Amino acid sequence: MSNKFIGKSVKRVEDKRFITGRGRYTDDIVLPGMTYAYILRSPYAHARIKSIDTSAAEAMEGVVTIMTGEEVGHYGVPCGWQVNFKNGDTMKEPPHPLLVKDKVRHVGDAVAMVVAESRELAQDAAEAIIIDYEVLPAVIDASKAVEEGAPLVHEDVPNNICFDWEIGNPKEEVDAAMASASHITTLEFVNQRLAPNAMEPRSYIGQYDSVYDKYTLYTSTQNPHLIRLLMCAFVLGLPEHKVRVVGPDVGGGFGSKIYHYTEEALVTLASKKIGRPVKWTETRSEAFLTDAHGRDHVTKAEMGFDADGKIVGLRIKTFANLGAYLSTFSTAVPTYLHGTLLQGLYTTPKIHLDMTCVFTNTTAVDAYRGAGRPEATYLLERLLDLSALEMGVDPTELRLKNFIPAFDGVTQPGYQTNVALQYDSGNYHGVLQRGLEMLGYEDFRKAQAEAATTNKLLGVGFSTYIEACGIAPSAVVGSLGARAGLYEVGQVRVQPTGKVSVFTGAHSHGQGHETTFAQVVADRLGIPMEDVDIVHGDSDTVAFGMGTYGSRSLAVGGSAIVKSLDKIIEKGAKIAAHKLECSVDDIEFIDGKFTVKGTDKSLGFGDIALTAYVPHVYPANLEPGLDFSSFYDPTNFTYPFGCHIAVVEVDKETGTTKIKRFIAVDDVGNVINPMIVDGQIHGGLAQGIGQALFEGVEYDENGQIINASYMDYTMPRADDFPMFELDRQVTPCPHNPLGVKGAGEAGCIGSTPAVTNAVIDALWSVGHKVKDIRMPLTSERVWRAMQS
Amino acid sequence: MPKITVTVNGTSHTSEVEGRLLLVHYLRDTLHLTGTHVGCDTSSCGACTIHLDGKAVKSCSMLAAQADGSTITTIEGLATGNELHPLQEGFKEEHGLQCGFCTPGMIMCAADLLSHNPNPSEQEIREGLEGNICRCTGYHNIVRAIQYAANKSLVVSE
Ligand code: FES
Ligand code: FES
Repeated sequence: MSNKFIGKSVKRVEDKRFITGRGRYTDDIVLPGMTYAYILRSPYAHARIKSIDTSAAEAMEGVVTIMTGEEVGHYGVPCGWQVNFKNGDTMKEPPHPLLVKDKVRHVGDAVAMVVAESRELAQDAAEAIIIDYEVLPAVIDASKAVEEGAPLVHEDVPNNICFDWEIGNPKEEVDAAMASASHITTLEFVNQRLAPNAMEPRSYIGQYDSVYDKYTLYTSTQNPHLIRLLMCAFVLGLPEHKVRVVGPDVGGGFGSKIYHYTEEALVTLASKKIGRPVKWTETRSEAFLTDAHGRDHVTKAEMGFDADGKIVGLRIKTFANLGAYLSTFSTAVPTYLHGTLLQGLYTTPKIHLDMTCVFTNTTAVDAYRGAGRPEATYLLERLLDLSALEMGVDPTELRLKNFIPAFDGVTQPGYQTNVALQYDSGNYHGVLQRGLEMLGYEDFRKAQAEAATTNKLLGVGFSTYIEACGIAPSAVVGSLGARAGLYEVGQVRVQPTGKVSVFTGAHSHGQGHETTFAQVVADRLGIPMEDVDIVHGDSDTVAFGMGTYGSRSLAVGGSAIVKSLDKIIEKGAKIAAHKLECSVDDIEFIDGKFTVKGTDKSLGFGDIALTAYVPHVYPANLEPGLDFSSFYDPTNFTYPFGCHIAVVEVDKETGTTKIKRFIAVDDVGNVINPMIVDGQIHGGLAQGIGQALFEGVEYDENGQIINASYMDYTMPRADDFPMFELDRQVTPCPHNPLGVKGAGEAGCIGSTPAVTNAVIDALWSVGHKVKDIRMPLTSERVWRAMQS
Repeated sequence: MPKITVTVNGTSHTSEVEGRLLLVHYLRDTLHLTGTHVGCDTSSCGACTIHLDGKAVKSCSMLAAQADGSTITTIEGLATGNELHPLQEGFKEEHGLQCGFCTPGMIMCAADLLSHNPNPSEQEIREGLEGNICRCTGYHNIVRAIQYAANKSLVVSE
């Protein structure tokens, strides 16, 4: 153990290749004899396929093969999480074929794949495929899809309901609590559909090697092993030991690259069929149609208060849109990743969520940065600020009154919520108080009163959030329907020279694992960071893994590495004791040296490594070598929390909203690299503020996305933000060895309601008592709200 | 097929190109300079930004044939030998990148910005990045990376 790197803003090891243009993303890879695939997609949201004629296309120059649903339609991608109806029936799980042969169910549904000598030739040929469609009426909105007579996305799914579901206290108890309330705040709102928009479009290369009968799939994924497992065991029936999946450098994921997509299986099949590598890379427009979207909830929520302002109950009805097919984790998002967070930071005694998950003729919806937890936070934090306005009390005092008291999870027990989870540790008052200090709350209210007499209104919005990260204890998620374990694997191989290779099942696509993990390893072993190499993303080199999502990499993946490091040190101590001729209990490992306690007799880490591989003077009954692999399965989720405060300026004439300040005080447990953690928060804030002010996938009534490009979908840009004001508090996680909680999603979870609350606050400051403005809060919507 | 001659990162290349081939695909597929990325199909993201005759351009918005006779610098040609360009250094020092996909375009765009305005204000930097999207960083540290490079270049030139 040494203390050189942990807690320090060490510059990133991985940067060199990216800043010099030498990153290696999937689309950068060229294999000998490689061909290119183009996928022909449905232009209709809902249509029966009457015929497909590929003959003209087959005859075109450069075409190698064309695949349709006739050939591969019996293969389909699975859903990884089973949720049951309230009555115990299994959810409806219609097939999601690799290529559709009977009926297309959303714009972008895949109908045929052309493989040709070049991208352009493949596209030319696809345009020559003739498909006769019979267009059917489409259903887009989840709350409408359940109505009698709505078009059916899947004929065998009545009312388009995949399942209904509930969580919390018995409904009657919540109804009784609400009946006793002296004030009820009611909010009907939409948490709009978002496109994740990782900057690297999805890209896959299938390669079949007939000599070794082995498949390789290069894929822009967040979890190569999971893709291998799903594709081999549940889609194509390939032997797993004959399939290698590589996730090289990946240009962002935000959830959208967790899932097993049909195109991964298609390029794999095609490469076997033609005996040549097949590359497919989507265009950005295609990404809008096919990468799983996020959010899309329609909600009515009510929060009841007693005369003292204590919350007495929370009652919610939500329709969640799942799109046309079930994406890998789609069913977990509106349920176990959402309903379980509705306690928030508050002592709310009675909570009930009634959830209906619905199929529509739209792109599949799955986890997008935060995944269910931003929706829970938006609901709660909007209700808190709106309730304060309605009751004429201060929103921060209302929170302080209702916060769960601080607990460390060590000397005090965890906090058992009414929605299944048990929080590990928290100090919720602390983050709010720090946020208020940074804001200068009293001065702000004075400035706001002055601004109310001008054309530039000021508003402040608060959001005190909690999230469940470090996903996840396998037994817990298994009992809730997960069809996978959610442990992580970490192998530490000490080379004979004392250099260290670490193999992690976590996957870095921007998070900086090559740096953070190396900091942990270097400190634990007391060696320089240059002596540590972090290997990830290849199923042939890394034993197994579950990948990166749900802010889990350090909390779960890092803990697996620590377990292996402990085994290395334990074995090293035995070797040292033998060489130093003392009892192993007398050995201590400090600063990279195995020392006999109370003496100056010691051996360096490198000496012990060499001895392990050249075991001439060596303990009897001890195996040579210094190489350990560990699986770490967490005992609980981790629970980061924080306070986000938005200060906005709203132009009274135009409705334009400008973020003047954004304050974020986050408690993500212990921090290994503050620079990287801050970067994660910054990125999350931009996405969360983006949802509030700019972003949203808009469908027309025919199921066409009317903003499926960067021309039309408003991505946040550099001049949309001020410099963010960040601070941190540290409440260590009591149940993992590093005490870390996870920071990847916090920014995105906390920030969105703070912005909407701030705009609403600005409007109330001049007497426009609006309850809600639909996100994104465009100038038109804000302006209209001020006219009412 | 049209024949073009271009000088890329100091090396002259003569190639026959299909009329419809975009410059970005010429750089990536023909010359294997894959540091220049494709993030969109509407010239909106800036991931493909390069320097053409000293000016930042989005290489997805022009044909390879149109580049005939020009001098091009891509991200691979920005450093001088082993010495990083101040912007490359700034992005590393200030954590201006996460996944790295937007980074080459950001750096090439920022280099153009600094060549016109060596000491930009924060607002000028933010406005200068209007044509480039980053989904990871929230731009905060990209702004700081460019400020770092501006400060460093000013010190060097004083
Ligand atoms: S790829 Fe050129 S601007 Fe997006
Ligand atoms: S660093 Fe990932 S898009 Fe900018």
